[in-house]
Amino acid sequence: MHLMILPILIPLFFGALLTVLHALNIKDQRGLSLLAASAQVVVAIVLLNLAMDGNYSVYQLGNWQAPFGIVLVLDQLSALMLVMISTLSVFCIAYATTGRKKTHDQAGAHFHALIQFQLLGLNGAVLTGDMFNLFVFFEILLIASYALLLHGGGRARSRAGLRYVIINLVGSALFLIALGVLYGITGTLNMADMALRINALPASELPFIHAAGALLLIVFGIKAAMLPLLFWLPRAYAAAAAPIAALFAIMTKIGIYAIIRVFYLVFQNDTGLNEQIFQWLWPLALATLAFGAVGALGAWSLRGLTAWMVIVSVGTLLASVAQHSQPSLAAALFYLLHTTLLTAVFFLLADIFHHYRPGPRDYFVTGPRSQDRILLGGLYFMAAVAFAGLPPLSGFISKFWILQSTSSPWAYALFWPILLVSSLIIIIALSRGGSALLWRQNKQPATTVRAPLLATGIVMTMLLGSILLSVFAQPIMMFTQSTAAQILAPERYIEAVLGGLTDANN
Amino acid sequence: MEILVAILLGVLTASGVFLILRARTFSVVLGLTLLSHAVNLFLFSMGRLHTNAPAVIGEAAQHADPLPQALVLTAIVIGFAMTAFVVVLALRSVLELKNDHVDGVDKNEEPI
Repeated sequence: MHLMILPILIPLFFGALLTVLHALNIKDQRGLSLLAASAQVVVAIVLLNLAMDGNYSVYQLGNWQAPFGIVLVLDQLSALMLVMISTLSVFCIAYATTGRKKTHDQAGAHFHALIQFQLLGLNGAVLTGDMFNLFVFFEILLIASYALLLHGGGRARSRAGLRYVIINLVGSALFLIALGVLYGITGTLNMADMALRINALPASELPFIHAAGALLLIVFGIKAAMLPLLFWLPRAYAAAAAPIAALFAIMTKIGIYAIIRVFYLVFQNDTGLNEQIFQWLWPLALATLAFGAVGALGAWSLRGLTAWMVIVSVGTLLASVAQHSQPSLAAALFYLLHTTLLTAVFFLLADIFHHYRPGPRDYFVTGPRSQDRILLGGLYFMAAVAFAGLPPLSGFISKFWILQSTSSPWAYALFWPILLVSSLIIIIALSRGGSALLWRQNKQPATTVRAPLLATGIVMTMLLGSILLSVFAQPIMMFTQSTAAQILAPERYIEAVLGGLTDANN
Repeated sequence: MEILVAILLGVLTASGVFLILRARTFSVVLGLTLLSHAVNLFLFSMGRLHTNAPAVIGEAAQHADPLPQALVLTAIVIGFAMTAFVVVLALRSVLELKNDHVDGVDKNEEPI
């Protein structure tokens, strides 16, 4: 069964096709791009169904045996990520095609091809079971994201783009150094095999592995925007075109995915190697959370606020991941779904305000009276309630679960107050933004701009996703619980990859 | 040979990091080049240093590990492409921002 490689092949094929056919009229390009994205959603759902029972599927590329060839491994975590990536990408592509005069996908060349290459990198990174292959897919998604960030051009994008590219190039260099050390000591690049070899290493070799693990934490910390490494994010995400920023909401989560995958599988050592790494991760995550909340309070515009909300959610996720327990990991995965959706919604909402309020755009300043305030206000209110964690939407359920899942005294003493206070600050920041955007109005004559129908519809559909997450919270929570149990049983992953239990090639 | 390679790697990395921390794009690009050069050499030497050992089994008394050589090829290609990209990006930002600072103050910048 070759289904497992389709999430990589579909965007690769369509990305190449769209590059070659760049002279095609924009309608056909959109059709092809949406077709590819929808096909990925279908494949991702089929794969999720396949992984649902808790079994692993292993695809050996070129039929090379596991520790020697590259393998793709499908488990519940990667299936969940695939569904999230492909679903969000459909909305982002659809949003990019809306607009009256100049749509986002016409602001520069090759928009649809670049989105497909971005998806290629994202899908590949969550499927691969090989460390060097993970690096290669990271590079693919980064190179596509460099071009997407600059899409449309302009001063702000050049400035933010230059910093983003430079910090990620340094990150890639560190990634290669870490991989070099790991390969030099263990002699393998397959994640499962590497986990086994690290367990069998003599104590004298462990400091090298520890150093490599710390380097990997820095690399993934750059991607995930962990505290000392997050200063590139607000400007970059605020400068990117809205549908691209919404897709970038996934990118920080890929860093968190890599942290979960590498530290829960490869560094799952009897001597507590990953515990040592988590000792670093835990305070940094809490600091990220607090810092993000302070940044959110200081934001001038809705896109700036959203960029800081991304950082808040990264801090929450990393703190849950660092606790190294099944309940907190399960809660983190549920929160991951919720927060990715909601930050994407806010980036798109910011873009709607940008066009809808001609003078002040999405800045938190008073503007003239405008049309459709109730529609947009309702959407903003719902999204704000969902993100800030007020009942009854998914934010409340996931934050409540995250709080409930903590067990250590440190978590009660530090994580609870920081998370609760930062939630309060987010509520304040969102209500301050909402009243400036929608409530207060100056004496100037009312504008006649109507809310863009299609774009608003897309945002509404995405918000429906948050309602669905709340309504179907029970089955989703069951699924994330079994996913967390699977993540915490790396020996089954190793068995599946090296023991040839499930051979998807036949 | 190990000591020589280790010193070389250390000097390359240190110069690369020093240059990356400079304020202007040209030295940063040079720094990135040096750093990626050091990383490539490091990856290459992770297959251990041998002399007279081809990466083919049976051609000589001992053979070298071929995998780091394959890895380093990938890394070189990616590093080369990215250096080219960052040069173009740096030139573009010089033209658009009228200065070559990586992280300087821009008076015309909008707050976010």
